[in-house]
Amino acid sequence: MGTALSHATVPPAAPVVASGTTERDVVERVSAVVLARRAPLWWYAAAAMAAPLVGLLGVATLWLFVAGIGIWGVMRPVMWGFAIANFVWWIGIGHAGTLISAILLLLHQSWRESINRLAETMTLFAVMCAGIFPILHLGRPWFFYWLVPYPAQMAIWPQFRSPLVWDFFAVSTYFTVSLLFWYVGMIPDLAILRDRAGTRGARIAYGILALGWRGSGEHWRRHHRMYVLLAGLATPLVVSVHSVVSLDFAYAMVPGWHSTILPPYFVAGAIYSGFAVVLTLAVPLRRLYGLTDIITSRHLENCAKLLLATGEIVAYCYVMEHFMAWYSANPFDAALVENRAFGPYAPLFWIYLVCNVLVVQALWVPRVRRSPVWLFIIGALINIGMWIERVDIVIVSLHRDFVPSAWGNFVPTIWDWATLAGTIGFFALAYLLFIRYLPLVAMSDMAKLIADLRGKPAAARHG
Amino acid sequence: MMWGLLASFDDAAALARAALHLREAGYRRFDTYTPYPLDEPADVPGTPRSHIASVVFAAAIAGAIGGYAMQWYLMVVAYPINVGGRPLHSWPAFIPITFELMVLTASVAGVVTLLARNGFPRLHHPLFAVPGFERASQDGFLLAVEATDPMFSPLPTRRTLEQSGAREIYEVDGA
Repeated sequence: MGTALSHATVPPAAPVVASGTTERDVVERVSAVVLARRAPLWWYAAAAMAAPLVGLLGVATLWLFVAGIGIWGVMRPVMWGFAIANFVWWIGIGHAGTLISAILLLLHQSWRESINRLAETMTLFAVMCAGIFPILHLGRPWFFYWLVPYPAQMAIWPQFRSPLVWDFFAVSTYFTVSLLFWYVGMIPDLAILRDRAGTRGARIAYGILALGWRGSGEHWRRHHRMYVLLAGLATPLVVSVHSVVSLDFAYAMVPGWHSTILPPYFVAGAIYSGFAVVLTLAVPLRRLYGLTDIITSRHLENCAKLLLATGEIVAYCYVMEHFMAWYSANPFDAALVENRAFGPYAPLFWIYLVCNVLVVQALWVPRVRRSPVWLFIIGALINIGMWIERVDIVIVSLHRDFVPSAWGNFVPTIWDWATLAGTIGFFALAYLLFIRYLPLVAMSDMAKLIADLRGKPAAARHG
Repeated sequence: MMWGLLASFDDAAALARAALHLREAGYRRFDTYTPYPLDEPADVPGTPRSHIASVVFAAAIAGAIGGYAMQWYLMVVAYPINVGGRPLHSWPAFIPITFELMVLTASVAGVVTLLARNGFPRLHHPLFAVPGFERASQDGFLLAVEATDPMFSPLPTRRTLEQSGAREIYEVDGA
C-alpha cells in the first residue's frame, strides 16, 4: 500500500487514529469516561432498562429451581430447546473477542488496539451468560459439580469420553484464559487510572487493581512477553472451544447433527456472530463517548470486512451441509433438509438465510462498510439471524428423527423467553458497569501505536 | 536511607540515550519508567531474557501429561466402564481435555510467573512517594538508579544523570 500507484487506484481508507490525536488525548479522553463524577444520562437510562431484566433472570432461575425445567417448553423429543441454543449462541459471541485480541495481535494488525478491550470484555460477559444455560438445563443444577473429577465418596468419576465433560473443561478453561488475558492487558491502564484518580477511594481501588505497576522496563518486557504468549495460547483455544461445543451435537446419531462439518461450521458461525456484536457495541459507544478519533471508521470497516469474510464461510457451510445431505443419499438427512425448509419450523430457516447470507452481502459496497448506521443495522440483523440458526439446529434435528411415532413439536414458554431476555439484560448491565468503572480502550497500547506512527510518513499511517 | 535517584527526560529518545550512557558508565541496577514499552533497540542492552516463555512451555507439557494421565487412570484403572467391549484406553477421546488442561496450566503458570517476577502485588514502593512519578504511566519518561548499584554514589551519579540529559532529578527515600 506504500506506493503512489496503489494510492492512485485505491481510495485511501480512514486512518487508524485521527490525525492530530496525541498520546495525551487518548489517556485524557478514555480515563475521563471512567473518572467522571457522574455517568452520562443515557448510561442511567440504559442501566434502568437492563436492571429489571437481571431481576427477571433471577425470578426465572428461582422458579426453575422450585418447579424444575418443566417450566420451559422442553418435552420429548426436543429436550434441549432454548437452553442449549442460547448456550451455543452466547459462547459463539465471545469468540470474536478472542479473535480480535489474540489472533490480530499475533498477525501484527495494529488497528486492533482501540477495539480489543471492548471485544475482550464482550467475550468475558458472553461466556458468563453462556455458562448459565447448561447448568440450569441440568435439571438438578445443584449437582453441577459432579462434572469436576474429584474423589467423591461414591467412588465414581466423570465419563471423560463424553463431549459434555469436554465442554465443561473447554468452557471453564476458556473463561479463565479470557479473564487472565483481559486482566493482564489492563494492568498498565489501571495504573493510569490510579495515577489520575481524583478521589482517595478511587486511587486506592485502582491502586489495588494495578497491583503496583510502575511501567519499568522490566515490567514491560515481561508483560509483553506474557501477553503474546497468552495470545498464542488463546488462539487454538478459541477453535477448540467451539469445536467441542459442536461435538455435543456431532457425537449424537441425530440427522443434521452427525456430520464432520459441524466443528468448522460452528467456529465460523461463532466468529461471525461475535463480529456482529462487536459492531453493535462499538458503533453506539464511540458516538456516545466521543471516541470517534480513536475508534475510527477504519476500525468499523475492517470489522465489516471480517464480518463479510466469515459470513461467506458460514454461507459455504450452509451449502455444504445441504449438499452432503443429498450426496450421501441418506434418506434421513434428505428428510431433515426438506423438513427444515418446508416443515413446521420453515420460517426460522428462511429468516436465518436472509439475515446471515443475504443481508451481509451489502458489505461488498464500500459505502455501506463505512456507514456506522448501516453497520449497526446489519450487525443487529446478524445477531438475530445467528440466534435463530442456533435454535433451528437444536429444534429441527430433534423434533423429527427416525420414527414418526416419536415426532413432536417444541413451543417455547414465557420462561424460555424470560431466561433469554434475562441473560441479555445481564450482559448489558455488566457491560454498562464495565464502561463506567474500567477503561474502554487500551490506553497504553494506543499511546504506543500513536508514538510509533509519529515516526512514519503519512502514507504509512493508513497502512 | 536513600533508595536511589530518579531522573526525568524529555522524550523516549532522550531516555534511551541516557540508559545507554549509564550502561556504558558501568551502572547495572537502574531501570526506565515509561507509559508504554520502549522499542527493542532503545531497551537497556545486556539484560537477560525473561524466563516466562520457558515456564509457560514447561507448564504446558506438565498440564498435557497430567491431564492425559488423569483421564487414563480414571477411565482405565479407577472406574473402568465396559461399553460393548470397546477399549478402555480410548485415547482419541482423551485429547480434547488434554489440550484444554495444557492451555489452562500454561496460562495460569505464565501469569503467576509474570506477577511473581514483577513482585506483584506490591502496592507500596519508594518510587510512588516521589511527586511526579504518576506521570510515568501517562506521559513521563523517567529513569531511576538504585542505591544498591555498586557504582552508586549520590553526587557523582547525579552528575552522570545530568550529563545524560536529565531534565529534573529527585532523591528517592527508602522505605
